[in-house]
Amino acid sequence: MTELRYLAPGTLDEAVGAFAAAGSAARILAGGTDLLVQMRSGILKPGVIVDIKKIPEMTAIEETADGGFRIGAAVSGMALAEHKNFGKVWPGVLEAVNLIGSKQVQGRASAGGNLCNGSPAGDSVPAMVAAGAIVTVQGPDGRREMKVEDVPAGPGRTNFKPGEILVSFTLPPRPPGSSDAYLRMIPRTEMDIAVVGCGVSLTMKDGTVTSARVGLGAVAPTVLLVEDAAKALIGSRLDDAALAKAASACSAACRPIDDKRGTIAYRTKVAGVLLKRTAAIAAKRATGK
Amino acid sequence: MNLVTNNKWIGQRTIRPDGMDKVTGRAQFAADTTMPGMIWGKILRSPHPHARIRSIDTSKAEKLPGVKAVVTSKDIVDFPIEKGAVMLGIQDMRWMCRNVMARDKALFPGHPVAAVAATTEAIAAEACNLIEIDYEVLPWSIEIDDAIKSDAPVLHEFNKFDGKPSNIVGRLEHKKGDIAEGFKKADIVIERTFTTRPVHQGYIEPHACLISVAPDGKTTIWSSSQGQFMVRAMTSMLSGIPQSDIRAIPAEIGGGFGGKTIVYLEPLATLLAKKSGRPVKMVMTREEVMRATGPTSGSKSTVKIGATRDGKIVAAHGTFYLQAGAFPGSPIRGAAGCSFTPYDIPNLLSEGYDVCSNRSKVAAYRAPGAPIGAYAVECVMDEVAERLKMDPLDFRLKNAAKQGTKAAHGPVFPRIGYIETVEAAKASPHYAAPLGDGHGKLRGRGVASGFWFNAGGESSAQVNITEDGNVVVTTGHPDIGGSRAGIANICAELLGIDYRRVSVIIGDTQTVGFSNLTGGSRVLFASSMVVTQSTEKIIQTLRERAAKIWEIDPEAVKWENGAAHPVSPNAGQFEPLTLEQLAEKAPAMGGPIGAGVQLNTQGADGGFGTHICDVEVDVDLGIARVIRYTAVQDVGRAIHPGYVEGQLQGGVAQGIGWALNEEYIYTKEGKVDNPGFLDYRMPVCSDLPMIDCIMVEIPNPKHPQGVKGVGEVPLVPVMAAVANAIYNALGKRFYALPMSPPKVLEKLESADAAGCGVEA
Ligand SMILES: Cc1cc2nc3c(=O)[nH]c(=O)nc-3n(C[C@H](O)[C@H](O)[C@H](O)COP(=O)(O)OP(=O)(O)OC[C@H]3O[C@@H](n4cnc5c(N)ncnc54)[C@H](O)[C@@H]3O)c2cc1C
Repeated sequence: MTELRYLAPGTLDEAVGAFAAAGSAARILAGGTDLLVQMRSGILKPGVIVDIKKIPEMTAIEETADGGFRIGAAVSGMALAEHKNFGKVWPGVLEAVNLIGSKQVQGRASAGGNLCNGSPAGDSVPAMVAAGAIVTVQGPDGRREMKVEDVPAGPGRTNFKPGEILVSFTLPPRPPGSSDAYLRMIPRTEMDIAVVGCGVSLTMKDGTVTSARVGLGAVAPTVLLVEDAAKALIGSRLDDAALAKAASACSAACRPIDDKRGTIAYRTKVAGVLLKRTAAIAAKRATGK
Repeated sequence: MNLVTNNKWIGQRTIRPDGMDKVTGRAQFAADTTMPGMIWGKILRSPHPHARIRSIDTSKAEKLPGVKAVVTSKDIVDFPIEKGAVMLGIQDMRWMCRNVMARDKALFPGHPVAAVAATTEAIAAEACNLIEIDYEVLPWSIEIDDAIKSDAPVLHEFNKFDGKPSNIVGRLEHKKGDIAEGFKKADIVIERTFTTRPVHQGYIEPHACLISVAPDGKTTIWSSSQGQFMVRAMTSMLSGIPQSDIRAIPAEIGGGFGGKTIVYLEPLATLLAKKSGRPVKMVMTREEVMRATGPTSGSKSTVKIGATRDGKIVAAHGTFYLQAGAFPGSPIRGAAGCSFTPYDIPNLLSEGYDVCSNRSKVAAYRAPGAPIGAYAVECVMDEVAERLKMDPLDFRLKNAAKQGTKAAHGPVFPRIGYIETVEAAKASPHYAAPLGDGHGKLRGRGVASGFWFNAGGESSAQVNITEDGNVVVTTGHPDIGGSRAGIANICAELLGIDYRRVSVIIGDTQTVGFSNLTGGSRVLFASSMVVTQSTEKIIQTLRERAAKIWEIDPEAVKWENGAAHPVSPNAGQFEPLTLEQLAEKAPAMGGPIGAGVQLNTQGADGGFGTHICDVEVDVDLGIARVIRYTAVQDVGRAIHPGYVEGQLQGGVAQGIGWALNEEYIYTKEGKVDNPGFLDYRMPVCSDLPMIDCIMVEIPNPKHPQGVKGVGEVPLVPVMAAVANAIYNALGKRFYALPMSPPKVLEKLESADAAGCGVEA
């Protein structure tokens, strides 16, 4: 019988050391809502588990001096919801994180775990991509920063180097007239996995979109940044023609599979529908209407 | 009919006796039981949909440290196919012995081929991997169309249909009049073909048991089932241990819905316990439940209905093909027998075909077969009503079965309540309410009716008065729908005491008389009969004892409000004697007070329901949601209205899942691709509206309290009600379940016009 070691270091350096030393047998534990499920079902049999929740930086939410946010990789959805300012500035990111699972799951699940789990259907990821989040990772060779959209490498895989741990997400400061939104299509109303997920972040001035980013989930092996959709929105007043163009760009970006959760045709169509709906919500929030 | 009027407890929403334990987590389910020295059993299952088992080598597994026993089909009593059926209830032991463990062939992925008991679950699992099986992989089929092709791989070579080996393993027909003549009289005829997918009962509690076999062979089973006597009998037959040596103790049950009316684990755990000399525990994973325990059938049905211009149905023909899974026994009786029963149709032919294919053997699921048949019939009824420009409820009223109607499956109906359910639906606030604005989403309303046979059968009870003058009732049915609460109400009513003084428990096989399964909506019907008769015997004893004390005639004593009272000419002459006082005097007056009754109960009337469903469809995403629902049912007599409503609401919830999202999905290799609750989408609370119930009470004249079975009817109309509502919203008809978002969107984007199917 294989033995399982559980470590809960108090500092990042210790965590990186222990994680790197254990090699491929090790797994990081944040909320455990993916990891423990995978272990129980026999998909994963790690030899060492490194729990990062005892590391202060991992569970901290900070407002940066320039008005941005730095969110520790292991901050739970519930903790993020309770922060007094975060949801005002990034309502889309927050709603995406809070869509994960149920109340019970929210007490544990983190955006970091959602990203590192590498599922193309992870709910917080398209919203983080739309938000233009930068992630900080630390490994045996020190710290580095990456764009969040560069993290996923394919289903269940990331572009982290061996021994690297995700430390935090940094979200940029918001100019006035900015907001975001996230919508997902699930057959049920909750406790389900996204068939398509769409995050949109907008800045608007006098009714015109001055900047935009669009993230799409569950339609390709990784979450996508859809630049063509953003381009279609920028400069527009979100009129039907611009929305239709952005929706087509989303549909065109899809490289989905037919599986038990949805067909190619369905996902492709729904990606466009969600873009329109998500953009409308983000615009409403950005303009305060 | 001597209905008790002015009831104090019958009809009250009393607190259920098992409620406190369940909400505080104290209730003991099968997996909660442990024993000193207990070891763990695990099952090795076939990875193939269809394969001949050439040989099994268990030697490596047996040598693994910690392994205490290994069993294969050699250890299980065989019921040879050529010797003919050996029935236990509705199960043929020839199939049961092969379902619990494959013999010569594995017939579905997940079919058990060996079992191991070891000191830990992990060692048992490792030992399973060390068992070497030489399989000859065979071609397979799962879907009905594939299984009935002339060149389909045949599961059971001995079975012949039309003289040739075939997967069609059974046929049944109900006939009335002459349909050819009948259809000639029709002004309009509509014929449609429908398909449904296999769906699982979805009980939360996976199958589990703990079994101890003592050196003298005395066997104790703790398990979760819909019948401890069924568990005892099947385990006895498959292990060779006599029933008198097996004590099957029913645990609290975490849902069954029909799926726990057969055994999977108990015979294996018994044999492992016998071989190892240690108590053996087995608990299925959810994945094992989904792969290897019975869902209900997938189906293909063709229904043709002909009516005259003024709305009279003159002929109908239904053909229902149901997947049985690996062994014969799909619920064609429910599909062919129930679907047309709400209607008085002069010319009717209803046929059922039982089709084997390489998936797990079906098990009963709430009104087995009836929802599948009703889905097809009630959708065609809707289309005929539309063509006739009649209100769908008026169309049903015009053709409704009533007292004196002869049903195609045999009986001439006594007083039934079908018409009353339709009238109550018509008069309901729901049917009168406008659909309201969907704010961009399309709304629609549909109705459907349904029938289920309901069952009587064997039940036993023992009612004892305790020394302090309270009451203990023991019955033999696992309580899955609140039956203990209903029994307490009835017994308290008869004795005229507070219901909290009546404690109702479920006895094990060696402490209470034989009681048939909890199934067929029979439990409260049957057990309240034996409890009533037992309680009446006790009341007779109490009156006799009071008469003796007062030295008057027992006929001059009445029992009222929990005490014996003298009646004229002695009225007022003696102080009443309470139950407590008589209990205290019992030792001196002939001994303990108690009575037991055992019956094969008769007179269970069938049940009818009519449902109204409103949906709202997001046409861009294809998502249909039920936004309002009313279930009307003739419930006979609602002994405990809260649990009757619970049954109605539960049935509707399951039907909505079946209609909208639930389905078994198979991989190209023939394996279930969604063996868990993430991708097998049962509804969650937020998917459902509050479900309104209208209980029509037409008492069953053959039952002391007027009880009719209520648990199964409420699933029967649901899928059709949802489908008809979606048609009303979209103007497009669906002929296949589930109506899941990709399928709804595909239909909306397809060019076909309203109605679409083929018309006869
Ligand atoms: C009932 C239920 C419902 C769910 N519903 C949803 C849903 O609606 N939407 C959704 O997107 N997901 C859902 N999930 C999946 C899961 O909850 C989310 O993916 C969640 O965000 C994972 O976060 P966690 O903190 O629990 O991660 P963990 O389980 O702790 O970790 C996930 C993976 O990431 C790795 N990891 C974690 N943190 C780091 C780090 N800092 N650096 C490197 N690697 C790391 C772990 O080793 C593991 O492989 C659900 C899960 C359950 C059990």
